[in-house]
Amino acid sequence: MARIVGIDLGTTNSLVAYMKDGQPRIVPDRNGRTMVPSVVALADNGLIVGNSAKEHLTRNPERTVYSVKRFMGKGLADIQNELTYFPYHLTETGGVIRIRLGQKNYSPPQISAMILKELKLRAETYLGESITKAVITVPAYFNDSQRQATKDAGLIAGLEVLRIINEPTAAALAYGLQKNTQGTIAVYDFGGGTFDISILKLKDGIFEVLATNGDTHLGGDDVDRMLVDLFVSEIQEREAVDISDYPDHLQAVRLEVERAKIRLSDELKTEIAIELPEGRGRFTRALTRDQLESLVMSVIERTLVPCRMALKDAGLNPKDIDEVVLVGGSTRMPLVRQLVEALFGKPPHCHLNPDEVVALGAAVQADILSGGTTDMLLLDVTPLSLGIETMGGVMSSLIRRNTTIPASAKEMFTTYVDGQTGVDIHILQGERELVKDNRSLARFRLKVPPLPAGVPRIEVTFLIDANGILNVTATDMRTSQSQSIEVKPSYGLSDTEVERMIEDSFKFAAEDVGARKLIEARLDAESLIKTIDKSLAEAGHLVAREEADTIRIASSQLSTVKDGTDFRAIRARMAELEQAAKHLNAVMLDDSLKRGLQGKKVSDVS
Amino acid sequence: MARSMCWHCQSEVTGEYFCERCVKVQPVSKETDYFTCLGVPRRLTLDPKKLEAKFYELSRTFHPDFYQTKSTAEQTISLSNAAVLNTAYRTLRDPIQRAEYLLALETGSVKDIRTSPPADLFEEILELQDTLEEYRTSDRGSDQGHQLRAALQAEQEGLERRKEEMESQLRQLFADWDKLQDTGEATSPARAERNRILKQMRDLLSHRTYINNIVNDLAATIA
Ligand SMILES: Nc1ncnc2c1ncn2[C@@H]1O[C@H](COP(=O)(O)OP(=O)(O)O)[C@@H](O)[C@H]1O
Ligand SMILES: [Mg+2]
Repeated sequence: MARIVGIDLGTTNSLVAYMKDGQPRIVPDRNGRTMVPSVVALADNGLIVGNSAKEHLTRNPERTVYSVKRFMGKGLADIQNELTYFPYHLTETGGVIRIRLGQKNYSPPQISAMILKELKLRAETYLGESITKAVITVPAYFNDSQRQATKDAGLIAGLEVLRIINEPTAAALAYGLQKNTQGTIAVYDFGGGTFDISILKLKDGIFEVLATNGDTHLGGDDVDRMLVDLFVSEIQEREAVDISDYPDHLQAVRLEVERAKIRLSDELKTEIAIELPEGRGRFTRALTRDQLESLVMSVIERTLVPCRMALKDAGLNPKDIDEVVLVGGSTRMPLVRQLVEALFGKPPHCHLNPDEVVALGAAVQADILSGGTTDMLLLDVTPLSLGIETMGGVMSSLIRRNTTIPASAKEMFTTYVDGQTGVDIHILQGERELVKDNRSLARFRLKVPPLPAGVPRIEVTFLIDANGILNVTATDMRTSQSQSIEVKPSYGLSDTEVERMIEDSFKFAAEDVGARKLIEARLDAESLIKTIDKSLAEAGHLVAREEADTIRIASSQLSTVKDGTDFRAIRARMAELEQAAKHLNAVMLDDSLKRGLQGKKVSDVS
Repeated sequence: MARSMCWHCQSEVTGEYFCERCVKVQPVSKETDYFTCLGVPRRLTLDPKKLEAKFYELSRTFHPDFYQTKSTAEQTISLSNAAVLNTAYRTLRDPIQRAEYLLALETGSVKDIRTSPPADLFEEILELQDTLEEYRTSDRGSDQGHQLRAALQAEQEGLERRKEEMESQLRQLFADWDKLQDTGEATSPARAERNRILKQMRDLLSHRTYINNIVNDLAATIA
């Protein structure tokens, strides 16, 4: 079976991992970096992703997308009160947020797909093989729409998503593999944009999730925002400048306070300096850890509510937890560690790298799926109750939250009017009584043969698969005929739209390859010109004047085509220049050998 | 628990979950009850450790993770088998749900048992509902609010004791049932005993659920 990689598609950072000799490993880039910032920017030469895109956050704020994960499976109304924080332009079409980059609108799965493609390319380069299959992680508390959006992102990136796995449970897999732990563990995952808590029982290689809870809108981003708000108002007061009028400066403030926050995890006090717009000098301020902690206490305390709920659902007390595992960058904050320790009454475990453990776990799950690891099995749960709308706008629950998946429920439907040919069904997810307080997932119309009221009997099966994604099928009990159901997602891309995006992405891929080749050819040409210039300066006198001139002409011809857009022409001129300089290079080599030999004894040479 | 004919090679299936000839996984039949599915006797006192071990073992047999490299048909079977297995375990793991399920199996009645208050508590519960309503509309900080709250708390404790009593009665009935099953007699006194147990169990379960709902409601209101 072809290799399956494990991908942590994070709000802030993304990673890709693979399995080698029974151990999961992160794929690094050429410089040994493991994390790809989840940032996509539209630069002059096209779309760029990761570290290079991150540099555009302040240069090109309205064309640089970060934290796109916050928009997955959502409509514009869901993020209304944070719209002002994002410098890029957001709209909505068909219940799906769209992000404007230059002349085009992109859905969150498309932007995520660009990050996935970058990871795919990184793995392909490193492993020297083509990668087409992946396990991708999502926050445990992601609902059906958010999971589906992640799967769509994979498809658009040209990846077959064999499994969507929950981040905290992935972490537990990696942790369990390393420590061979038995007992009950709590995984507290606090990253950039989301918070999850999962409670698992580990026994004989089985990882059974007892309960999970979380908040898909709570993370380090919220801490940064409180700091940004503080600084914006202080700058307003002291300098009478409203930074929020300057998107590039606002981004710079955001990045600066985030760095300060990170420093304060190790230091007790730090200095923050912010460049003011229009050359109005700098704003400086000291920030202590105490000040930071009292400012963001309320954000961190919000994570404790889901923790208590998960414990309650698992039927456990804090003291029943044998080990607490920390995951996610934000768990490096000392305040987080303190509060977690206070809740569970024991110091949390933080020997694993909280940035990498999720991707490592995804690679372990990938290995289970490909039949490599056979002694481990993850039994996960669905985080939210699933139900349908009934009379009076009330939700009737079919599959309760924290039910082990795969899970299914059957429901019988009939008609109320003679000759009725359809029954409308509205699927929901959530814990509240009323339909309007829960999340609408999808609607569909059940086809019914025209018969007297009450006679048709259509059985609908709601099945939540191992990805936590809902599948609906229906059978006419009178004829035993099954019918296919076309579900219209409330907050998702339709199948046809996803297909179009896949096509687009391949089209762009061809363009992208062209762009990449051009950039590479330019870089190579530049370095060749430099080398030749240097050779001519050092050894030009060793060849005939005509020969040196030929080389100079070839070099200047390359210089001219280098700025064009035809990478083939550049390569051709490069070949000509290399040919012209061949003799010069040989002469230089000879000369350096000769000079190198002088003053050396024969015995040193051989 | 498997069907008699293999869906794939049409030979007779003698193995438990797999066809012995073509080694394909077999779908759990619709008629299979949860006890059979988990390979445990139809008893009301089950060892949770054994039940869990069986669940884990069968999860290793059916979980979709282990069918990724198999055919689509096998993947579909694995998915629905795993879903049935999970429902079976969830139902049998909890003694109350287990008893309700058994009752439905034995008496063939609808799956949910209507909840009703025990006759002797009828008056008391009506009064309690009034007090609850009064408390909800009262000023909770006032003296009256405090008094009502104290009264409700006392009620809650009383009802919880009552619930525990019922649960211990239920445990006795569970033991009676298991004993009757163990003797395996089909005599007429045995049948009468069976009916007595099922009837009492049904009433107790219904009352217990009723009280449980009230206790939860109470706890949520005065929390
Ligand atoms: N040393 C640190 N102290 C406090 N916060 C940190 C530290 N390192 C990283 N973070 C925060 O962690 C978040 C990113 O965590 P990560 O786990 O990579 O997120 P995600 O999984 O959402 O991509 C950011 O908000 C970042 O500011
Ligand atoms: Mg993460």
